[in-house]
Formats: sequence, C-alpha cells, structure tokens
Amino acid sequence: MTYNLTVSPDFAPDHISGWYFFNTWLQRQLDTGIHLELYDGFDEQRDDIQNNKFDLIYANPYDASMLVRELGFQAIARPADKSDETVIAVNAESSINTVEDLVPGSRISTTDDPDVHTMGMIMLESADLDKTNTQIKEHPSYVVVAKNLLNGDSDAGFFLKDAYDELSDLIRSKMRVLVSSQISVVHHSFLVGPDMVEHVPALQDALFTMHENDKGRGVLESMGISSWEPMDSEQTEFMIDLIDTLID
Amino acid sequence: MSDLDTGEIRTVEIKYFDGTSRTTEIVDREVPYPDGKLIVSRTDPQGIITHANQAFIDMSGYTEEELIGINHYILRHPDMPAVAFKGLWDTIEQGTKWHGFVKNLRKDGAYYWVKATVIPNIRNGKLVGYTSVRRKPSRSKISESEALYKTLLAEE
Ligand SMILES: Cc1cc2nc3c(=O)[nH]c(=O)nc-3n(C[C@H](O)[C@H](O)[C@H](O)COP(=O)(O)O)c2cc1C
Repeated sequence: MTYNLTVSPDFAPDHISGWYFFNTWLQRQLDTGIHLELYDGFDEQRDDIQNNKFDLIYANPYDASMLVRELGFQAIARPADKSDETVIAVNAESSINTVEDLVPGSRISTTDDPDVHTMGMIMLESADLDKTNTQIKEHPSYVVVAKNLLNGDSDAGFFLKDAYDELSDLIRSKMRVLVSSQISVVHHSFLVGPDMVEHVPALQDALFTMHENDKGRGVLESMGISSWEPMDSEQTEFMIDLIDTLID
Repeated sequence: MSDLDTGEIRTVEIKYFDGTSRTTEIVDREVPYPDGKLIVSRTDPQGIITHANQAFIDMSGYTEEELIGINHYILRHPDMPAVAFKGLWDTIEQGTKWHGFVKNLRKDGAYYWVKATVIPNIRNGKLVGYTSVRRKPSRSKISESEALYKTLLAEE
C-alpha cells in the first residue's frame, strides 16, 4: 500500500529538495511506499486534504486544527525550537513607526498563509483596522509582499517571521519591522491520519532518533529543522484551543 | 499610558461573588500592553488558574507559583462592573466563545487593558476547563469600555 504525504506550502523554496529527501528517508524507515505531493497554494491543498487524500501531513497550526478536530488526525511531532511568528513590516523610508500610525484605507500586502494572515490582522486591531477599512492585497509569495513594500504599492506587509529572516540582506535592508509576534506556543506539526495509525510507533521511533545519525541529520538540515520533538494529544488540543480564540 | 492617569493611590475592598473579599491598594497608572504578545491562561471549570504563560506572569506581576491554584478573580479591578463577568460566565457555561474588553488589576495595584477571548476546553465531549487569550486593544475601544463600565458600575 502506498501512503500519501503533503507539506504545508509555507516552507522556503530552498527546502523543497529537503522534503523529497525526507520522503525517501521515511520510506526506508517504514519499509513502505509513500508518495509526496507539494502544493503552491493553501486552498487547493486544503480541498485535497478534505477529500481524504493524505495520510501524513506536515501542517501549519491553522490546518492542524481542522485535521485533528474534523478528520481524526493525530499530531505526533513538532520541529524543535521553531514556532510560527508573524512580522508586520513597512518600507524603511515609511513615515509609519508603530502599528497605531496605520490609518483606515491603508494598503496591506499578505499571502494566503492562514496563520500569518490571521495573526497579522490581529496585530492591526490595536490601530482599529480590520478587513472592512483596509485594502487587503493577497500575493503568491513573501518575496512579492516585500516587492510591494519596496515599490511603495503597499503601506504594510505580513510575513512569516522565518520567511522574512530568509529574504536577502538587500531586500531586508530596505524594510523595517513594525511588530513581531512572540507567541511561541503556535507551531507546525507532523500529523498522522486514521488509515496509518498502525505505523505511529515506528514513525515516532524514526523521527525522534533522526538527528542522532548522519544520514537523518543531513535530511533534517536540508529541511531547515534541527530535530523532531514529541507532541502529545493535550499539547495539540491546547494549541488548537488557542487558535480557536484567534478566529471569529 | 492613559492621559487621564493621575497616579493617585486608593485603598479599596474588592468583594468576590463567592462571598470572600480582600483589601488592597489601587494605583491609577496604566501599564501598556506588550506589542506582539498574547497573554494566555487556563483555568479549571471553576475558574481556578491551572496555567499562565510568561506574558501573563510579566503583566500581572505575580509569580507562576502565586498564580497556579488561585481563583482568576485575583485580577479583578474594582472599576470592572460585576455584570461584565456575569456575561462572561453565562456565555462560556453555555459552551460558547466570549469576547470582551477587560481592565485588569496587577499585583502592584496598577492596571492594564486587554481584549480577551475565553473558550471552553472540551475533551472527549467533556468540559475540562477554559482558555483565555488576550491581545492588545485599541485606544478607542479602551475609551468606549471605560465609559460603558462607569455607567454599568454606577447602576450596581
Ligand atoms: C479562563 C478565564 C479567564 C479569566 N480571566 C480574567 C481576567 O483576566 N481578569 C478578570 O478580572 N477576570 C477574569 N476571569 C473572570 C473571573 O473568573 C471572575 O469572574 C472575575 O474576576 C470577577 O470576579 P467575581 O466573579 O468574583 O465577581 C476569567 C475567567 C475565566 C474562566
């Protein structure tokens, strides 16, 4: 039987090959066939997830909520020391110095990344801004968000902090961070679907010792992850409850 | 910080719904909400604190040891009308999400405003507690809430 693996589309393009290495590594560890499918956008991927296409998912926290509560997935691991934080940035020359300086009508650049967009909108609330009094522009990538700020086509932009930090020095030098979230308990997780539960013990064994050998460490490095940490069901539920408070 | 802060110190007796009360000093001084942070706590079904994150500890001025195991009303500010919390409890006991603006009392007597959301934590169909997550409120919402709570308090 061949299982299906997919990865939340918000990883940096440099790590695409890392996920293919991971898939090969995982097949060897479990001695079973696994097919990896990557997506450019969140919506298309979410449709396929809803249609039960996948058994293994490296999911963003927002999707993890749906996977656990609606589709019976179980989170078993998270990347160590890596949480999902959101940055709101402006053009370095902008007269905006704090979020509260942003006024109604502001042009906000974002992506279809649901976590970052949600957190970005929450951080605008302190300026009395929401989707009814801003111009939200959705772009295909964080590089395009950055370009909009540099060109002066947008007043502020939302970034996944990791993605912001991975932009080139040149691009970053032309932007300024207004606010950076510090939530720490909201993060990606590795989830297993109901059809694959019998593999959970073997998966846990493989993932939690992965960083202990050269081969595994090499794969982790190419994915931009230092090691996997266990996640129990209460940790998962806590994260989902927290995300629930952030969506209306 | 609010322009209207006087720094005035007054001694008040705060009465809780369970019949207990405490006398404490209140300082008219606002501590600004920390940018980018969420203040998170969890309670058991009775409102006893079971978890507080670092931002909660920093803003409330209590240590984690002091917070775990005590009633969440330790943060109740005397400027908050009882009816606001009645609304909170009525909503969450029905199993639904509550949103509201709350003025909280710190251990040192100063205050901070939050936009709070409280949700019931359901595990295997059973209520095991509540989670509250707070974010930074806008100045305009704080002013509106100040006016509203003043009116409601006068009616109590
Ligand atoms: C999860 C949760 C979080 C709460 N957070 C606060 C809070 O931050 N500040 C506060 O004054 N009351 C909070 N409350 C409400 C208190 O339990 C209490 O009702 C309130 O302080 C008023 O006290 P009283 O009910 O004794 O009048 C919270 C309740 C729950 C269930």
